[in-house]
Amino acid sequence: MTDVTTALAWLPDFIEPLLTWLPIWAQILVSSLLKIVLILVPVLLGVMYLTFAERKIIGYMQVRVGPNRVGPRGWLQPIADTLKFLTKEVILPTNANVYLFIIAPMLSLVPALAAWAVVPFLDGWVLADIDASLLYILALTSIGVYGILVAGWASNSKYAFLGAMRAGAQVVAYEIAMGFALVGVLMAAGSLNLREIVLHQSGGLFQWYWLPLFPLFVVYFISGVAETNRAPFDVAEGESEIVAGFHVEYSGIAFALFFLAEYANMILISTLTSLLFLGGWLSPFDGLDWLTELPVIGLLFGNGLHWLLIKISLFLLFFLWFRATFPRYRYDQIMRLGWKVFIPVTLVWILVMGFAMFYTPFGHWFH
Amino acid sequence: MTFEHIVFYAISLILLVSGLLVVTVKNPVKAALFLILCFVSGAALWLLLEAEFLALTLILVYVGAVMVLFLFVVMMLDINIAEMREGFVRYLPVGGVVAVLMMLEMAMILASSKTGLVERSHPVSHGADYSNTAEIGSVLYTDYVYPFEIASVLLVVAIVAAIALTMRKRPQTKKQTPSRQIATRAGDRLRMVDLKSEKKQP
Repeated sequence: MTDVTTALAWLPDFIEPLLTWLPIWAQILVSSLLKIVLILVPVLLGVMYLTFAERKIIGYMQVRVGPNRVGPRGWLQPIADTLKFLTKEVILPTNANVYLFIIAPMLSLVPALAAWAVVPFLDGWVLADIDASLLYILALTSIGVYGILVAGWASNSKYAFLGAMRAGAQVVAYEIAMGFALVGVLMAAGSLNLREIVLHQSGGLFQWYWLPLFPLFVVYFISGVAETNRAPFDVAEGESEIVAGFHVEYSGIAFALFFLAEYANMILISTLTSLLFLGGWLSPFDGLDWLTELPVIGLLFGNGLHWLLIKISLFLLFFLWFRATFPRYRYDQIMRLGWKVFIPVTLVWILVMGFAMFYTPFGHWFH
Repeated sequence: MTFEHIVFYAISLILLVSGLLVVTVKNPVKAALFLILCFVSGAALWLLLEAEFLALTLILVYVGAVMVLFLFVVMMLDINIAEMREGFVRYLPVGGVVAVLMMLEMAMILASSKTGLVERSHPVSHGADYSNTAEIGSVLYTDYVYPFEIASVLLVVAIVAAIALTMRKRPQTKKQTPSRQIATRAGDRLRMVDLKSEKKQP
């Protein structure tokens, strides 16, 4: 059981005197809820403005302006979208399975948000610093596919069902490659705890795992794109073939929940890639003492949340860039890439790592 | 009754009810979904036992992969529920005998003084920094390495057999060889021909 001091760990100091009149269990409850709010509000705001950024950035990539009507330079567009989603009617298709139809969007959103419980933002800034946090994330992201499957089946529509089938097979296939890529990270860090994995990478740009685990890094991020069903792997939606895939029958806020889940998953994958392969909150200048000890700007060069945010934004930009650049993969090619390219690559690299760590003097490269 | 007791009984209730619904609910897809709920509550119970590695692996493997494929198949099958229900009364005696036998067996093992399960003391509770994963790993690869490896070989044989059984030569199917596609050059597909421009008719 956690005690009050760990529950209050990274909350601002003024919170503690406000809670002292409560019983201990209530103090823990309130401070945990505060932390959940502190994590989820930025994530949801991030989701809102990620949709805006997507439309703007892809717009500029295609030499368009993108949304620019609502608010100054279009900055209030996500709020207008939210209001529109909220006021639209949720249509229940005839002969749809009503309970499952309504549960499905929640099934896809809940795991996408619950996974944030173990994500560390700074050393110690984490809701639940559990020992097997990486396994927890793998387990929760693997549940997300049920939202899609159940939605496709409960809609009682051919297109929705086809989309769900495609998504199910794709997510299961790429999960394996993702899991194997994480095995490499585990071997290097010797821990399942995300905070410890990040701290293992301290010591500047070249100590981060992207370099020794480069094949796994590439495989992990591309599998992440496939896991979130984003372009060029968006056959689950395939708007030119099956209209919009699994969520074709959804409208209003029910559709918005799928949308939210997709973007929350994108942010989650970007965060995980930055934590696992790019050193999370660690600065690339870590170890250059003359730079980090400079007055004022030294703080910018030191470790901090801003580095994590920069890395997350970089990967999110990749997500959008892929969408603006690549044509959609054909279904059999997606399967070939997952099963015949990514899984062998990860397996070979795990073997290479194991061999190097135990039988050659180059093992320290992987630590 | 502590908080842990309340959580235990709540989750056990969900587990039992959803287990019952798996066999009684009419729609096979709903039955599969209730089975998933069973697995998740089972994982939650394991978490209460501080077996976090097993709990998370149960969700990862069974809920995240096995049941997805299961649901896949169940969704695509066109199952006639009325037909399935027909044999219920006919098979009831056999099923009843099997159920009673299984219950007796379980009771004999769990309640017997010979197996020592009754007298076993309460398992030791470890602190938060105790790594369940490392512990299981070291036991699996030292004390139980032969059974573990034999089990993995069996699984590989099963995978190979399953793939071999579904492999059929179908001469009419067309497939790609990506390496040849990439190796193609414009000259293989396209021939530039010089055509004399025709004179304008007078």
